[in-house]
Amino acid sequence: MGIESALPEGIITTRLDKVINWGRKWSFFCYPFITACCGMEYMAAAASHYDIARFGAEFPRFSPRQADLMLVVGTISHKVAPVLRLVYEQMCEPKWVMAVGACACSGGFYRNYSVVQGADRIIPIDVYVTGCPPRPEAFLDGIMKMQAKVDTESILSRRN
Amino acid sequence: MAESITIRKLKERFGDRIKVVPSPFDGMDTVAVKRGDIADVCRFLRREEDLDYDLFRDLTCVDYINETPRFEVVYHLYSISHAHAVRLKARVPEEDPTIDTISGIWVGANWFEREAYDMYGVKFNGHPDLRRLLLYPEFVGHPLRKDYPIDKEQPLVQLREEMKGVR
Amino acid sequence: MKDLTKELHTQCMTMQMGPSHPAMHGTVKLLIDIDGEDIHTVIPEVGYLHRGFEKMCENSTYHQVIPYTDRLNYVSPFINNVGYVMAVEKMLGIETPERCQYLRVLASEISRLTDHLTCVGASAMELAAFTAMLYAIQGREWLWELIESLCGARLTTTYTRIGGVAYDLPEGFRPQTRKILDKVQSLIDDMRGLLEKNRIFYDRMRGTGVLNAEDCLAYGVTGPCLRAAGVYYDVRKAMPYLVYDRLDFEVPLGKAGDNYDKFMVRVFEMEQSIRIIDQVLAQMPEGPIAVDDPKVTLPPKEKVYNSIEGLVHHFNIIIKGIRPPKGEVYFAVEGGNGELGFYIVSDGSEKPWKCRCRPPCFPIVEAMPKMLEGAMIADIIPTFGMVNMIGGEMDR
Repeated sequence: MGIESALPEGIITTRLDKVINWGRKWSFFCYPFITACCGMEYMAAAASHYDIARFGAEFPRFSPRQADLMLVVGTISHKVAPVLRLVYEQMCEPKWVMAVGACACSGGFYRNYSVVQGADRIIPIDVYVTGCPPRPEAFLDGIMKMQAKVDTESILSRRN
Repeated sequence: MAESITIRKLKERFGDRIKVVPSPFDGMDTVAVKRGDIADVCRFLRREEDLDYDLFRDLTCVDYINETPRFEVVYHLYSISHAHAVRLKARVPEEDPTIDTISGIWVGANWFEREAYDMYGVKFNGHPDLRRLLLYPEFVGHPLRKDYPIDKEQPLVQLREEMKGVR
Repeated sequence: MKDLTKELHTQCMTMQMGPSHPAMHGTVKLLIDIDGEDIHTVIPEVGYLHRGFEKMCENSTYHQVIPYTDRLNYVSPFINNVGYVMAVEKMLGIETPERCQYLRVLASEISRLTDHLTCVGASAMELAAFTAMLYAIQGREWLWELIESLCGARLTTTYTRIGGVAYDLPEGFRPQTRKILDKVQSLIDDMRGLLEKNRIFYDRMRGTGVLNAEDCLAYGVTGPCLRAAGVYYDVRKAMPYLVYDRLDFEVPLGKAGDNYDKFMVRVFEMEQSIRIIDQVLAQMPEGPIAVDDPKVTLPPKEKVYNSIEGLVHHFNIIIKGIRPPKGEVYFAVEGGNGELGFYIVSDGSEKPWKCRCRPPCFPIVEAMPKMLEGAMIADIIPTFGMVNMIGGEMDR
């Protein structure tokens, strides 16, 4: 049974990437950038009924320096866009962004002078969660997608 | 229909400087006022004991682009003690979009006037702090004017698709 | 406390609170001048969630506006739906059937419950009472189940139609509602028990964020904040719409106009809402849920799919829209935060010339400097919590 059979009991082998990614994906520290309606569903997902704690992501950090997963929850207007970029740039690597809801993904049904047509015009986005607003299940699904994405990364790819 | 006390009092005080406008849908007393008179009328409505319009409900502006004068500032007032309501309207021309402020009579009008200025470009004379409210100072134009295109964006930050070397 | 800090060397500085701050639920910025812990001036900066509601409405048909109204006050979307639709009905001069009116009251009061639960829960959380917030969210979750069974969505309901409502009560709604209301009532009692006489909560709420009756009116503040100052003004009583004049409920009043009174007014209002829902379920007659006028009401889906008239009417309303006569209307309902008015101007076409929403929390946020000047930094949190700013409605 592989290399482990030659080793004393209690020792396993793995790749460094695998261990680090495992740690990262089960301990997201979210920065909820909540602007609008979807925030209500974020509250619902974070509270006891849907219990985001099952994914190790229950603890919101309101300082971008301490967060690694940014949740863009709600409509991004042109007035708030500089704030969004500033907050994103303040986050330390490794960092990921999840756009929650139709407005954050694409501007939703607000095609007008004041709404940014998708948060990805301001910052790079890793996972898009659709819905107006997405149900908590969809939100949790987004978290799982995010975990899957983190799992495929290599620590080397984030150099420079 | 019998005249309400508001209309009667206003007619007594201002005579033909005001014009009563029918409002068949909601039956609210509606009065068209010359823009120079608006502060006087409001002060009268607020101070007169039988009227006592104490609750400032709403102030907004409508852009009638095909008519002259172009803009119409609309005021909604309500009196808690007498339970009556009135709507005032004042026309403002496009070439000189100014009207007197009423923020000295109801302080709440302050932000409503700022919003009307922001959205329609109507200036309120004597307003203590006439800045944009909902939009940012860099914004050019007034979005709720009918001739402002709905999808004309004015981004504050460089969008990612315009940056070099971004996927 | 002030005497103690007098000897400390402090200097005046300007601080930005927001637009992304844990206690500013929603995006709003407060520019605060502070000297030590004392607040000198507060300038709220709003508009971070301006989504061009009016511009979108002016470019949509009357029916297409309804989903936009959901997203004004996204904590109590039913009330917005009802307010907008009734304003349009005033222009068309139609009176909806009785059952529809009861359904609208039912929906509005469920929404009021969710609104107040969210407000109370969120502000309790900001005062470190996390359990109370989990209770409130749990209660809201149950109510959302109810809403979902009624209209298929949790948050963005789009329940009303011009001339009626979209769906009748689903099967088993009454016993289900009764069960959920009981649970919510006991939850409210629990939450109240945790907070009402809690030393920390009481001390931080009592005497802070005071706005007296006169100032409230001059600012245009309505709703729980006005009633906390002791003014008897509730649109449901002052200008009864729907069937509110047939229902027996009280309007709770406060005295001091401080945060604690605002909190208690909200708690009592929730109890009244439960009372109203009970009466509505008992009184609601059978009958149609929308007016029988094919020029106004969207036909039910079975008719659209199975009969040619239904399809033609549906097509006509969707493509051509309805055309209210030229004129203007102002119609107000009692929203979660106060008087929610819609001022609609029609030019006789299928799109509103202007669709203005008079947002209830707009004047309340405007009055925040008045509530906070001379207070201390820690008072901002309960005051802002009780203001219950809802970004979508505030900035539109």
